[in-house]
Amino acid sequence: MGKWTRRAVIATGGLVGGGLVLGLGGIAFAPNRIGIRPEDEQDPARLSTWLRIAPDNTITVIVPHCEMGQGVHTSLPMMLAEELDADWQRVRVEEAPAESIYANGYLVRAFVPAVADVPKFMERFVDWGTYRITRLMDLQVTGGSSSVRGTGFLGMRIAGGAARAMLIEAAAKRWQVAAGECDAKSSRVTHAGSGRSATFGELAADAALLAPPVHPQLKSYDQYTIVGKPIPRLDIPSKVDGSATYGIDVDVPGMVYATIAAAPVFGAQLGAVDATSVSALPGIRQVVKLDNAVAVVADSYWRALKALRTLIPSFTATAHDAQTSATLAVAMGTALESNDAKKVFASGDAVATLGGASKAIQAEYSVPFLAHATMEPMNATVRIAGDRCEVWTGVQDPLAARKVAASAAGMSADAVIIHNQQLGGGFGRRLPGAHDFIDQAVRIAKVMAPAPVKLIWSREEDMQHDYYRPAVIARYKGAIDSSGAPSVWISRFNGTGGDAATLPYAVPNQDIRSVKTEHHVRLGSWRSVEHSQHGFFTESFIDELAHAAGKEPYQFRRDLLKQAPRHRAVLEKAAWMSGWGAAPPAGRARGIALVESFGSIVAEVAEVELVDGRIKVHNVWAAVDCGYVVNPDTALAQIEGGIIFGLSAALFSEITLRDGRVAQRNFDDYPMPKLADAPRIKVEFIRSDAPLGGLGEPGVPPIAPAIANAVFALTGKRLRSLPLRIEAE
Amino acid sequence: MEVILNVNGESRSVDIDADTPLLWVLRESLGLTGTKFGCGIAACGACTVHVNGAAVRSCAIPAAAVQGQTITTIEALGSASQRHAVQEAWIAHQVPQCGYCQSGMVMAVAALLAKTSRPTDQEIDTEITNICRCGTYERVRRAIHAAALKLSSGDVEANHDGEPAEVRHG
Repeated sequence: MGKWTRRAVIATGGLVGGGLVLGLGGIAFAPNRIGIRPEDEQDPARLSTWLRIAPDNTITVIVPHCEMGQGVHTSLPMMLAEELDADWQRVRVEEAPAESIYANGYLVRAFVPAVADVPKFMERFVDWGTYRITRLMDLQVTGGSSSVRGTGFLGMRIAGGAARAMLIEAAAKRWQVAAGECDAKSSRVTHAGSGRSATFGELAADAALLAPPVHPQLKSYDQYTIVGKPIPRLDIPSKVDGSATYGIDVDVPGMVYATIAAAPVFGAQLGAVDATSVSALPGIRQVVKLDNAVAVVADSYWRALKALRTLIPSFTATAHDAQTSATLAVAMGTALESNDAKKVFASGDAVATLGGASKAIQAEYSVPFLAHATMEPMNATVRIAGDRCEVWTGVQDPLAARKVAASAAGMSADAVIIHNQQLGGGFGRRLPGAHDFIDQAVRIAKVMAPAPVKLIWSREEDMQHDYYRPAVIARYKGAIDSSGAPSVWISRFNGTGGDAATLPYAVPNQDIRSVKTEHHVRLGSWRSVEHSQHGFFTESFIDELAHAAGKEPYQFRRDLLKQAPRHRAVLEKAAWMSGWGAAPPAGRARGIALVESFGSIVAEVAEVELVDGRIKVHNVWAAVDCGYVVNPDTALAQIEGGIIFGLSAALFSEITLRDGRVAQRNFDDYPMPKLADAPRIKVEFIRSDAPLGGLGEPGVPPIAPAIANAVFALTGKRLRSLPLRIEAE
Repeated sequence: MEVILNVNGESRSVDIDADTPLLWVLRESLGLTGTKFGCGIAACGACTVHVNGAAVRSCAIPAAAVQGQTITTIEALGSASQRHAVQEAWIAHQVPQCGYCQSGMVMAVAALLAKTSRPTDQEIDTEITNICRCGTYERVRRAIHAAALKLSSGDVEANHDGEPAEVRHG
């Protein structure tokens, strides 16, 4: 991945090194183009510079999103190169720097009118009263499965199409012919009448002087030659030979190493630390006390870690020191009894209908906290020298990280430079609001200045100081009418839930309510966010209703999707792929689940067996409707990975509280699925004309309920809490 | 203490605490950052290197304990001109996502194939226990079989035993 220089940013819209830099913002996001009023009519159109064309005909696409394995550093350049008619072999990618001109701002607006699906991480920035986005220019987020459907669809395509038109216009002027007689293909403009041609690189300097068209001509799907083809990812070769650089690999000359122990109970402050025992150890530079943590700085990570482990810091007492998962569950259950429930969705008269129903069922479900457990533990390297602060790290929002660093350093954001690296996993852990490790690293670097400091969290620190997937208890009531169709759906659960708690099925009387529940555990977005819990709840309970009605669970769902043809097609496809109607191999059973999230609809069938009292998932079939697919192989990989990520929640992982703190420490007590646990996965995509949906997250939610439903089919036991465990009789 | 290590064909002298894990010597003293830190307790395999050709989790073995032995890291598994067959298969099957665990995964697989030229799925399950949080396992398995087939294609013995790898998979 190339490096960005500040000089190039300042030169936005002009010439950089003799090449074309195309200013974009004003084109793609002009109000008349996407029909959304800007927050402020006086707001000048900000330029986003996403494309650079060098004299040697190399095309560089500057992507305002981080790469964490989702392939966005390939798929977004594909979308731009497609409309540009670029020679893919000469396309390079750079990640944009943390600068306001790369903020999601204008793209965020595009989500707002479609209130149905504002990415979760953006909701906190939306003032729902006015539909205005606040702090618009503070975000440069990669999350919400939004890069391709947002930045790509609304931005990259237009940037490519506009640049193509400018290059053709430049050629036409040079040759004194009509632009309409010229064509562009494979990074070259040609004029058939005269036989003349020129490369994009030869034309770029002239093209940069032209005004970008407001409505560039864009291709239709059937004209695509790059999009829709399985293009090898640009970042993969460096990931098989050790040359890919992550935040933890950064080498800043003269740096020292730090590791840290923060208060084990969230909310506690650092008390006393006796540093005398470690100060004299070889290589120890400093013991740094922060408000709620103590760090050791040394000439190597190992020495810092050894010294930290010999310190016995005290932390202040909190009101939560006796909290356990059991006491918290009681509090959460009690909260559900309160009258202070917020309506998520309601239709008909659920309570009255339930009262008069001949057949009614109820059930309680629960899911625990979960850690992200990215393979690369949290880390950041910081150098504070004079009036400047530099940070090397891997985050899902470098612009937000810059603000965190500036605040910790006591500097303006302009004095901070974020060098964002590839991420050894994100999954939501490195989103804004969860950049505590950057705050810590900057504060330690202030003490050590001008020496650069690399702060590395131990796995134990990482496991115990995450921003966890919320634990939720959910209670359901449902009824079946005389025809065997569900007539009532009532749910009440902790947290927010939002759209994730609604269902695609036609049930006439619904009452879905959330209950705010306070506790001291830090919460964050965990791949697929609320769908990770509510997909399990709703797809399990609809399965219970099917059995209560005496119906086959696939047909039961299908009958309820007459008004949702896309959902029904996805459900049918997954069932067909799995051979649903035919009996599974002896000793196995199948379960099915359907979840829409982040604009995509996914149905999964899981085939399970009990092996030595444990649930073994042999096969998973997944059908996906995400509109169309930009890079089919990457799309496939995202669904495969999502299923394994969901499998970790379904069968393996659980964060519990003991003495107010997280009990788990490492992968020995927070187990993960391994190769032996991985099912064979088959994925198929349905091409629809629907708007593009995301792919990073939608593979996750259906797997847990598909497995639970399969276990019910196999054993008759309904497992209602995650991770799923067969209890010995 | 001074420790002399034979890493990637070179003799390297480092001054470290006697208990320093090999991982941190590779990463911090020798600048070989392709080998990753994941857990520190040999549970995830991100730190896997070869010691005398065998896969070893370098976070849980002192560097001083492997003096005089042949250590190979991901940086020297193949070369710029000739990647190892496992690396080739990893690219062909587009295995890595975030990629952080893949150095260790590739090293573990290369060591497995060096001793078992055509592993069965069951042998793979037993031997390859590295954690990949992105969930690339489906492709890992496919790429192992592809690399095994390629590595053993010149091996008459291997070609005679049983069905092709593609059939075994599934």
